[in-house]
Formats: sequence, structure tokens, C-alpha cells
Amino acid sequence: MGSGTESAAEELKGHIVIRDLCKGFVDKDGHREDVIDACSVEFEPGRLNVVMGQSGCGKSTLAYLLAGYVKADRGSIEIDGRPVAGPGPDRVMVFQETALWPWMTVTDNVVFGPLVRNEISGAEARQKAEVLLERFGLIDFKDKYPDQLSGGMKRRAEIAQALINSPDIMILDEPFRGLDVMTRELLQEYYLQLFEDTRLTTLFITSELEEALFLADRIYVMEEAPNNIRQALDIDLARPRSFEVTATERYLELKQQAMNLLYADSEITE
Amino acid sequence: MSDATTTSRVAPRKRRIPRIRWRGAASIASFFVLWHLAVVTGISGFAELPTPVATLRAFFAEYITDAGYWHSWLVSFKRVLYGFIIAQIFGIPLGLLFGTSRRFRDLFFPVFELLRPIPPLAWVPISILFWPTNESSIVFITFIGAFFVIVINVYDGVGSIRNEHLWLARSMGASRLSIFRRIMLPSVIPSIAVGMTLGIAITWNVVIAAEMIASDSGLGRMTWEGYVSSTPEVVLIGMISIGLAGFLSSLTVDWIERRMMPWQRNR
Repeated sequence: MGSGTESAAEELKGHIVIRDLCKGFVDKDGHREDVIDACSVEFEPGRLNVVMGQSGCGKSTLAYLLAGYVKADRGSIEIDGRPVAGPGPDRVMVFQETALWPWMTVTDNVVFGPLVRNEISGAEARQKAEVLLERFGLIDFKDKYPDQLSGGMKRRAEIAQALINSPDIMILDEPFRGLDVMTRELLQEYYLQLFEDTRLTTLFITSELEEALFLADRIYVMEEAPNNIRQALDIDLARPRSFEVTATERYLELKQQAMNLLYADSEITE
Repeated sequence: MSDATTTSRVAPRKRRIPRIRWRGAASIASFFVLWHLAVVTGISGFAELPTPVATLRAFFAEYITDAGYWHSWLVSFKRVLYGFIIAQIFGIPLGLLFGTSRRFRDLFFPVFELLRPIPPLAWVPISILFWPTNESSIVFITFIGAFFVIVINVYDGVGSIRNEHLWLARSMGASRLSIFRRIMLPSVIPSIAVGMTLGIAITWNVVIAAEMIASDSGLGRMTWEGYVSSTPEVVLIGMISIGLAGFLSSLTVDWIERRMMPWQRNR
């Protein structure tokens, strides 16, 4: 699995091993549909793993299973050798639509995790939160309510809210969807920089190829059950990356390869 | 000269005189004019009624200083307040229980749904039989008026809590109790507010009718007595008073709701 960095990999947390995972839902008519079927895949720690696929292919379900919000029908998910049994602060999720609690100020949203676990005092938590908010350019908005923030600010607040828990894994489920292009690119750079500073194991779900290529160490192509994740593509673009990377020849090659993977099975019908 | 230039740079303060809404004012004025004309020309049905001016005159001459009149206000307000508050005290927890406990819902929701379609006023006779005093039976009917709306709204509110909001709290390691207190309760506050808005309107509806049927005091009774004693001014003063009382109650409830939801203030 490692590419010559075994010693570094040892101290990295968040090695995700998924074996024979199955999850189906039963609709109103009692008809059962498998969203994830016998899916086995491994996400390496300290890497920015991107899962790509069209909507409805079960990307979110995979994220919910990993986060522990829903239970698998069969199979297992292990993180650093321990099976996932319910949600926990070691893997925090940033959702498609903002999940900030609207009745709490930005600071209260951020300090919620450490305070609810009684880890540190209120003053300490506040201090920690302010450091994070400062870093994410939100310090002037710390006493605002989420609905007073722009879409991009909400996303940054949510990342701060997740990071304060010092998670081993960040799960981001199409986090920048619905934002305008400029905000989106800015946030991609934000997250990229954060990742390159911390090497925080990430599962990043997206349906945008450019986003995937720009961020990923590896792109996993997800399709509908029963062949959920069969293919992956290593994105060997040098880090730290900047948007200039998108103009390189290697980027364009990878993009071509990725498109071939993504559209290999889809038939264009007229 | 220099003074003039410095002051001119400062933007003129906006004067806080609300712009009069001419259409609205015209609408209200023409209502009273038409009422007056209808009475004066004796259009059928209006012949018995006093003109707006006569009503106003009666109000200022006889009612504004009359202790009995203000007592009617007090009595009705008390009934609405008690019924409304008791409905909140029982209704909010019940709605929460229906929303959170499947077992509780399975056991008691059918009974609730059985009773819910019965209009509050249909409870009047049994209420009088059941409760020891007249006052308590009227408060009970008012309570019924607000209770079902509040329960249903809170119950709906629990159902519409976003999964993400609960999940995120679980990810953070929140206990069931803190999830309930910090996530579920605030989530249903907007629904409680809707229940309160609807509830206060219904309580006024109900209390007036209940007073007409089963009480010897209150604004509803006063209005009814105006009819019985063939003094239409009293009927009109009663109606206007009731409208005003309902309006004031709604304003108060609005004010409380805004304080319950500070995060919605600067939308």
C-alpha cells in the first residue's frame, strides 16, 4: 500500500479498511434496493482520498457508514484496526448542506464538541475556537449566527467546528457544492493548504472532476451497486499544489485518464 | 463657513417619521364612512345599528370610565392567559414525547387523534359537568382550544429536525441528554412559536363563545348582553374590544417569540 513512506505512515492515523460492505434501503412498497453491495476498498492514512461518482451512486451512504450514522447490513469498516461502531469525534463530517446549528453563534457551534465531552473548560475551548476562527478568517464573525454568514463562511466555520475535535479523519460530503465558482476555488485552496499542513486523513466526496484532480492524492471512482468502487487513479501531482497545477501537462493527462475511467461504461444515447 | 462645509459632509440624519400608507388609511376611513352612510340611509339590517360616531360617543360617555367594562377585559384576559399557559405546559412536553418516543406515540397518539377533531366548543357541556366551578370549565375549554394545535406543531417540529443536526452532535460525542437539551429543544422552538401564534388566536375565539354560552362575565358575555338588552352600541363596543384584545395578545405573543429565537432576528 505504501509508496516508500512506511515510516511516515506508521504515525499517521485514519487507515480505513472496508470489507464486503453492504447497505440497502427498503422503499415504501417494501422493495429493497442495494445502494452499496459487497464493496471492499482501502483508504490510506495521511492522504486526501477523493471519491467521485454521479449522484445516486451511494457516495453519501458510504460517508454515513464511515461516520457511523447508519449501520451496515453486512461487512465491516475498520479504522486503524478498530471496527466502526457508531459515530465518534475521531471522524467528523462536513455535510453537503450546512449543518451548523442555527440557534448557536459561530463560537458556540465550534466549542460544542470539546465542551459536550467535558474535555476542557469553557475558557480554554473559547480560546481554541478563536485560534481556529482567526485562521479561517472568521474572527470578526464569532458572535454571529450561522444565518448571518455567507455560504463560504459557513463552510469554513464547519471545518473549524470539525477540526477543534482533533479528528483522525475528516469526511467531507460534497462540501462546496452549490457555492459560486470563486468561493468554491477559494475553499478548495483553503482545504488543500490545511491538508498539506496537517496531512489529516481525508475522505472527500465530490462529483466535480476538476475539484477531485486539484485536491486528491487518489481518486476512487464510484459506480452504482453492485460494482461500487472498482477503479482508482493516483494523482501524482506534486505538493504543495496551487491552481497553476491545472495548467500542467501532467494534470491534463490525468484528467484524460480520469474521464476515461468515469465515462468508460456510460453510453451516450441520443 | 468652515462649519458649514463640515456639517454638509455629514450625511443628513434620516428622520424617523413613518410614511403614512395612504391606501391603508383611505381604506379604513372609507369603511367607517360606508358604515355611517349605511346606518343613516337605513339599508336593511343597518337600521338597528348605531353610527360609528354614536358608538364612539357611547364608549367615551359610559364605558371608558366604567369599572365593569374593564373588569370584563380582565376576566377574559385571565381566562385566555390561564388556558393558553396550561396548554403550553402540557402541550409542549406531550408533543416532544410523541415526537421522540415511538412506544409512547403508539400507545397514546390514537386517543389524541380521536379527541383532536372535536371542536373546542363541543366540550362546553361536558366541561361544565366535569369541573366544579364555572370559571374552571371556561379555562378548560380555552385550554382545549390551544392544546391540540400546540401538541401537533411540536410533534411535527420534532419530526422535521434535520438528521445532520443530530448526527453532528453524535459525532461530537454528545450524550442523549445534551442532544435533547442543546439540539432537539432549540430545533422545535420555531414550531412551538407557530403553535403559540395559532393557539392564542384560537383561545380568543373559544373564550368569547364560551362566555356567551356559559358565563356571566367577560367581553363575550358583555357583547351578548348588549344583544339581549337591545343595546347595539354595547354589541359593537364589545366586538371592537374583543378584536383589540386579540390583537394585543398576538402582539405580545410575537414579542415573546422573537425573544425565544434571537437567531432569527437579523434575517
